[in-house]
Amino acid sequence: MGLMKTGLMLAALTALGACQNGGIFGSGGNGGAGQTPGGAIEESSLEYFATEIGDRVLFAVNEATLSDAAKRVLDAQVAWLNQYPERTIVIEGHADEQGTREYNLALGARRAAAVRNYMVSTGLLETRLSIISYGKERPLEVCSTEACWSKNRRAVTVVAGGIGNV
Amino acid sequence: MNQVKFLLTTVFVLLAGLAGAQDRPTIEIDINGGLIEPLPVAVPNFVAETTGARRLSGDIATVVMSDLASTGLFREIPGTAHIAGVTNFNAQPVFSDWSVVNVQALVTGAVSTSNDGRLVVKFRLFDVFAQQPIGEGVQYTGTQESWRRMAHKVADTIYSRITGESGYFDSRIVFVSETGPKNDRKKRLAVMDYDGANLQYLTDDSSIVLAPRFAPNGRDIIYTSYEGGLPQVFLLNMESGRRSQLLDDTTNMATAPRFSPDGTKVVMSIIDGGNTDIYQVDLNTRRRTRLSNSAGIDTTPSYSPDGSQIVFASDRGGSQQLYVMSASGGEARRISAESGSYGTPVWSPRGDMIAFTKIRSGRFHIGVMRVDGSRENLLTASFIDEAPTWSPNGRVLMFFRETAGADGAPQVYSVDLTGRNLRRVDTPSFASDPDWSGVLR
Repeated sequence: MGLMKTGLMLAALTALGACQNGGIFGSGGNGGAGQTPGGAIEESSLEYFATEIGDRVLFAVNEATLSDAAKRVLDAQVAWLNQYPERTIVIEGHADEQGTREYNLALGARRAAAVRNYMVSTGLLETRLSIISYGKERPLEVCSTEACWSKNRRAVTVVAGGIGNV
Repeated sequence: MNQVKFLLTTVFVLLAGLAGAQDRPTIEIDINGGLIEPLPVAVPNFVAETTGARRLSGDIATVVMSDLASTGLFREIPGTAHIAGVTNFNAQPVFSDWSVVNVQALVTGAVSTSNDGRLVVKFRLFDVFAQQPIGEGVQYTGTQESWRRMAHKVADTIYSRITGESGYFDSRIVFVSETGPKNDRKKRLAVMDYDGANLQYLTDDSSIVLAPRFAPNGRDIIYTSYEGGLPQVFLLNMESGRRSQLLDDTTNMATAPRFSPDGTKVVMSIIDGGNTDIYQVDLNTRRRTRLSNSAGIDTTPSYSPDGSQIVFASDRGGSQQLYVMSASGGEARRISAESGSYGTPVWSPRGDMIAFTKIRSGRFHIGVMRVDGSRENLLTASFIDEAPTWSPNGRVLMFFRETAGADGAPQVYSVDLTGRNLRRVDTPSFASDPDWSGVLR
C-alpha cells in the first residue's frame, strides 16, 4: 500500500513534466529536479523516464489497440526497466469523458491491460507490473474537445520507488 | 446517521364530523394523458391545535405544497390569494372562498403535540367545485423531528388519491457529492431526502467513490471506492456507519454493484485484467458466481423487480448495447435496436420499462424502452446526461447532467417518464450518480 501511494504521487509529478514534451522517445526534456546544473537528466531518474522516454501512450476513441508509435514508446520503457530491474510499475488506464463512468472504468482497464500484455510479451516479468483503471475520473486536460480528449485517452506507466529513487 | 430512524406509529382514518366522503375521486389527473393543465391546489397553513405545534403549522403546509408542485401536475394558489385561512380543522370549509380564487383541490390540516411530546398531523382533501371531501381524513403520529416525513406522507396520500398512482415523496436519495476542479475532483457519498432536505455525508472525500445503491431495506448502501488503491465494492450500514469490503480480492477491480430485490445477493462487474464480466455475490457466504463470460465489457447489471432477470450493457457485438439474461446467467439477448450506444440500464420498479443512458452523435440522452426493447423514447438531451434511477412508483427518473468545458460539473436532475417537468434537484455542491430509495417504512 505504501508503495502504491508513492507511485501515485510521483505520477502527478511526472505527468506535469510529460505533457509539455509530448512523451515521444527521444524528445527533448527541458530541466527539472533530476537535471544536473549544466547537463543532462540523470538516466536512472523518474524524470528521465517521464520526459526522455515518455511515460504514456495514447488511444483512439473507444479503442484499446496499441499504435506503432505507442509500441515504440513501450519498447523504450521496457528497455529502461530492463536496465533498472529493481523498479516496479503500475499502469494506469484512463478514458475521455465521452462515455458512461462505469463503461469507461472497464475501458481504462482494457487499455492498461493492453499495455501490460504488450510489455509481458516483450519479456518484462509479469510480477513487476500491476494495472489500475481510473475511467474518466482523473482527466489530465479539462476542455471538452478532441484536443483534450485525445490526451485523456491514455495509459500511464507509473514507476514505483526503488534503489536510486529520486 | 440516526436521523434515518423514525417512528410512524398510527395511521388511521378520521371518521369524525364530515360525512359524504367518496370512494371514487371527483378530481382525477391522468398522468399518461397528453398535455396536462396543472390542477390548482391550495394548502393553507395547518391549524395548530396545541401551542407546541405552532412553529410547524406553516412549515408542514409548505412541504406538502412543494411536493405537489414539484410533480408539475399541481399548481399552487398561494396564500396571498387566499380569502381566508382555515382556523377550525373540524368545520366544513367555506367552499365559495376557495372556488372564487379558482382552487380546485383544497387541503386542510391540523398539527398538535401529544402529552408524550409526539407530533400528530391530520389532513383532509376536498374537491372545491363538487363541495365534497375526496377520501377520508388521515392522521399520522411521529416524533417531532420527523415532521418533514409526515408532511411527505400527507402529500403522498393526496398525490395518490388524485392520480391513482402510489406516491414517492417519502423517499431518500443517495448520491456522490463532488467538489473541486474538474482535474482534481473530490467525491464523497451523501444521502438526503428526495427533495434535498436532511443531507448527511456518509464518507469523507479522501478516495474516489462511485455509484452508491440502496439495499431494499433502505439502511445499507453498496458502492465502489478506491480507498484500498484498486476500485472495489464496499458495503456501508447507514445506521452504524460500519463499512466493509464485499470481496477479499486484492488483484481484480470490481464495480457497478446492485442489490437483488430480496436483498440477499449483489450483482456487479469484476474486471480481471482487461476483461469485465458480471458476477453474482451471495451476501451470506460472500461466494461469487460468474454470470457472463464474453470477451467484451459486460457491466452495469440491474435486476428485474421479481429477481428473475438481469439487464446489462455490453460491447460484445462491437458497440455498447443492452442485453437481458436470466439471473442465473447464460445466454443473453440484445434488446436495444436503434443506432447509438447504450449504458447504465435500470429496470423500472413496475417491471415493464428499462431506463438507460444513450450516446449518439456526441450527445447523451436519458431514455426509456419496453423490456423487449420496443418503444424507445429519449426524454432528455445534453452534453452529458447519465445514470438514471427510478422513483419508487416508476413515474419519475433522476439522473445527473454534466456541463461541458473546463468548468464542467455534474448536477442531479429529475424528469417525468413522459419527458416533461425537467428540474434540477437542489444540492449544496456538485452531485452525481443518484440512487432513489423505495418509499420509506
